[in-house]
Amino acid sequence: MKSINWFHYAAPQRFYPLAGRLVPWFGTLAVVLTAIGLYIGLWVAPTDAQQGEAYRIIFVHVPTAWMSMVVYLAMAAWAAIGLVFNSRLSSMMATALAPTGALMTFLALWTGALWGKPTWGTWWVWDARLTSELVLLFLYIGFMALHSAIDDTRRADRAAGLLAIVGVVNLPIIYFSVQWWNTLHQGASVTFTEAPSMATPMLMGMLVMALACWMYCIAVALARVRLIMLERERHTVWARQALGTA
Amino acid sequence: MNTHVATQPLPPAAPQGWLEGFRCVFQRDLRIALRRRTDSLAAVVFFVMVVSLFPLGVGPEPALLRTMAPGVVWVAALLACTLPLARLFADDLQDGTLEQLLLSSHPLPLLVLGKIAAHWCGSVLLLVLVSPLLALQFDLSASSTGVLLLTLLVGSPVLSLVGAIGAALTLGLRGGGVLMSLLTLPLVIPVLIFGAGAVEAHTAGLGVAGHFSLLGALLLLSLFAAPLVTSAALRISME
Amino acid sequence: MNWINFGDFLEMGGYGLYVWGSLGMCAATVVAELMVIRFRRRLLAQEAGDERATEEHTA
Repeated sequence: MKSINWFHYAAPQRFYPLAGRLVPWFGTLAVVLTAIGLYIGLWVAPTDAQQGEAYRIIFVHVPTAWMSMVVYLAMAAWAAIGLVFNSRLSSMMATALAPTGALMTFLALWTGALWGKPTWGTWWVWDARLTSELVLLFLYIGFMALHSAIDDTRRADRAAGLLAIVGVVNLPIIYFSVQWWNTLHQGASVTFTEAPSMATPMLMGMLVMALACWMYCIAVALARVRLIMLERERHTVWARQALGTA
Repeated sequence: MNTHVATQPLPPAAPQGWLEGFRCVFQRDLRIALRRRTDSLAAVVFFVMVVSLFPLGVGPEPALLRTMAPGVVWVAALLACTLPLARLFADDLQDGTLEQLLLSSHPLPLLVLGKIAAHWCGSVLLLVLVSPLLALQFDLSASSTGVLLLTLLVGSPVLSLVGAIGAALTLGLRGGGVLMSLLTLPLVIPVLIFGAGAVEAHTAGLGVAGHFSLLGALLLLSLFAAPLVTSAALRISME
Repeated sequence: MNWINFGDFLEMGGYGLYVWGSLGMCAATVVAELMVIRFRRRLLAQEAGDERATEEHTA
């Protein structure tokens, strides 16, 4: 069993076919897990005593919220690797993750609003988690905006990468300060994100959906990084072959 | 009459003590800022205008305004401090000074700190000192105004320091000021929360020690980290 | 089993709008994301084809 030379796949030309083989696997896993998760969430899990059927939104709200943070961490990690080791592929990976992460954040906010309305009466609740999600969305948008504003790809990768690292260091500080701010202004609002006391089917459903989300994010990120590789290396022979024009 | 005096002495070629570079850049930038008073004053006027707009938007009821005052002043300070920062490095980029600074044998973070310090003394400090007058508009009590002033004194350097990172990352880009604010504002939200929160806590009769220690911690953290990150960002932008 | 019939399932105890609004938006955005990738891919292939054609033309 020969040992895997990880740097072998650091070249876009070699990573492209590998990623191409991985995407269907992760995609299928995502679909299957979603089906199972939704089955548990919508059929098996019992109705909640306090929130009625509305609580079922947590089966998408919590997974997307978790993923929004996981993807940002992954994005910052890849950006850091790209800066330190000067590898193009790592930076491409960070760029590929950003839109998916932003999407997860948006969905967390959207589902959060739709959960808040029937439960607490308003479309928006200024609780710590939702407010932090909003700031996270701004961080994602900032990353993507900076990247697209710079024409030179190398400078764009490195500048946006530095921004991602600054963001990831700042994120705990922001989260902590928002929590502080929220507890100061408590008033009558209860902690919005207190999920109902978790019966096992509910927890199972949430975990399965979280895993499904994760598989989806990986699949889409890999698909997008293939696209980015082709876009950036479009004049090379391998890219032309891949696009079917060589 | 707008003379960007390029004949101001740059840091000497050989290091003569680590403070030398800082002092040189600081004095140079401060001198330039004082000669271009319009730029510094524009930030202050912007600050005053934004604060004055809020009562026009929400109505003149004194109780409401008193509650809003810390938040309004702080948000306006956020905007007034970060927007002009976009040009922190722009002039030096244009006349080639920035390149010289990058090539200098002095540690770049110190030189950057010098520029930020000069910018703060030239533009932001005036803004901070004007804030008590604005607090009058909102009928804020004297002691609360004092707390507000202190929070701004401790917090505004953080705004300048973090803003410099944004300015360095967006150096020479078309989007310019707006993009830079877009990047910087999420990062300074903790300062806003603790700064405005301190004043509100004081008005409510609670202690402000916690807020100030956190603001102080943020200041120390950014004093150490921001010049380093800004230097890295400058090198990235200038490649 | 919680649901008596399909109509009940859609109703979601009166919260149908919120639950399906959430799930629907998730589905819609996922589909949109995948379509954008596919569209970009097609565009790229087309551009490459055009470039190739002009190259052969001028060669």
